[in-house]
Amino acid sequence: MGTGNFETTIGLEVHVEMQTNSKLLSPSPVHYGDEPNTNTNVIDFGYPGVLPVANKGALEYGMRVALALNAKVSPFIRWDRKNYFYPDNPKAYQTTQSQTPIGTNGYLDVTLTDGTVKRIRIKEMHVEEDAGKNTHGSDGYSYVDLNRQGTPLIEIVSEPDIASPDEAYAYLEQLRQVILFTGVSEAKMQEGQMRADVNVSLRPFGSDQYGTKVEMKNINSFNYVRNALIFEEKRQAEVLRSGGIIQQETRRYDEPTKSTILMRVKEGADDYRYFPEPDLAPVVINQEWVAEVAENLPKSADSRRKHYVDELGIEPYDAEVLTQTLAMSDFYDATVAAGADPKRTANYLIGDVNAYMNKNQVELQETRLTPEHLAGMIKLIEDGTISTKQAKQVFEAIMIGEEPETFAKKNGLVQLSDPDLLLGWITEVLDNNPQSIEDFKGGKDRATGYLIGQLMKMSKGQANPGVLNKLLLSELKKR
Amino acid sequence: MAETTITRDEVAHVAGLAKLAFNDVELDQFTTQLGDILNIFDTLSEVETSDVEPTYSVTENVNHLREDVANNWNQKQDLLNNAPLEAADLIKVPAILNGEGE
Repeated sequence: MGTGNFETTIGLEVHVEMQTNSKLLSPSPVHYGDEPNTNTNVIDFGYPGVLPVANKGALEYGMRVALALNAKVSPFIRWDRKNYFYPDNPKAYQTTQSQTPIGTNGYLDVTLTDGTVKRIRIKEMHVEEDAGKNTHGSDGYSYVDLNRQGTPLIEIVSEPDIASPDEAYAYLEQLRQVILFTGVSEAKMQEGQMRADVNVSLRPFGSDQYGTKVEMKNINSFNYVRNALIFEEKRQAEVLRSGGIIQQETRRYDEPTKSTILMRVKEGADDYRYFPEPDLAPVVINQEWVAEVAENLPKSADSRRKHYVDELGIEPYDAEVLTQTLAMSDFYDATVAAGADPKRTANYLIGDVNAYMNKNQVELQETRLTPEHLAGMIKLIEDGTISTKQAKQVFEAIMIGEEPETFAKKNGLVQLSDPDLLLGWITEVLDNNPQSIEDFKGGKDRATGYLIGQLMKMSKGQANPGVLNKLLLSELKKR
Repeated sequence: MAETTITRDEVAHVAGLAKLAFNDVELDQFTTQLGDILNIFDTLSEVETSDVEPTYSVTENVNHLREDVANNWNQKQDLLNNAPLEAADLIKVPAILNGEGE
């Protein structure tokens, strides 16, 4: 790919916020959307003399991501300080792992739009801490909320193996899904839980040296990443074609104009004055610990889809929908494990349950539906206790936490399938409608429709239509 | 033994990174002082250390970790009281110029 005589080289550094209970170096809660500065303490504020202790859970989440991305988990890690001043960073340094990344030499096999699979190598992964949040006022002040400060991040650094804006987009989407299925993060884009730093350079085809790269930081939408790259490819090609040189600089993506704007000429890594963190003990990760983490790693979306299609007979498209989120896929598995028919379960989750979530703007976990209740309702349908029509009412009930069988009984939502009961009604209806029997014998099919209508009225709509139809036909033939 | 020297420009650069502003007299003074300090490292580097592992941490207490349990120490108000300015539970700081920071 590329532009004119140039080929494009893209590397991505992706930051994902972990859904740990507490921060990386302090026990303050990690929780989005709370009142400003509620989830902070002296450690988060960077007071002198505090002795931070690293969060074991955050390290294990880092190991999960490393394993899911086929990387080697480092046997020994220590922490480094990356120094810079900014109000959202009260310690004036970020605790990170510059020399001993938690994972190295991984990869992600990315399916591109033309169906081919490209392996993007992942150089390394670091566990580090997020910064707080600045809001820029129009009054000459900025306002700082440190709730987010110290939230554990996993940073995933790709090799410069990405050759086009579309490849970058595909990589990000598929990386997000891998992360989702580690359970490490919900990677909610709108809450800034997944952000990308983008490095892009151009070089003449055939050149064995990379061109000078331009960096764009903290882009929180995959579309913006793609747009920014499309713009940069064009801009850099124009500069190079007119004999100019690309400066190593940091630019910012501007969505309204779909262009990138120069922020600053980049400082070198030396300017961050990295040095070993003296306040934190190093960590030794042995094979037993890695094995323990691997055991708790949820199955990947890929292997789940394969299981759904090959073993449960689910359509590939439906399997795709069921694996959009870890919560949905886990819910599906639990419902099937509770004895529900796999196909019917898939149809309900993809259809009615998704529609309910969209309509009420809730996540699956926020509803009161349980796998047991959904399975219970599906079993009532399967064994003919309720009709699919009656199931609509039961569905409404289980979405608000009712137990399906109890609800159906309480509300008279039972399908009557008992042949003795149905035969009694059939005899009565046939005795009262001799004309219909004549019509049936004369070959008029709609005569049975009329009789079924009478019978349904008699049963107040509760007769099992399948059983009723069969019994009626055999009784008609006897007359 | 070659003397390590630090240039005046380097001192000014490092001062800039630390958000410190020095006048000419101070710059000269710190250039000399930092140069002297670096010369001590030159003395240290006379020791043969090529087969010595670097020391990153003086604690042997490895894997001193905390379980992932949240505990809110409820220090918000104390911390905000110590901030130079605050408004609506936010720390108020002079406007951040575009392009600074990380």
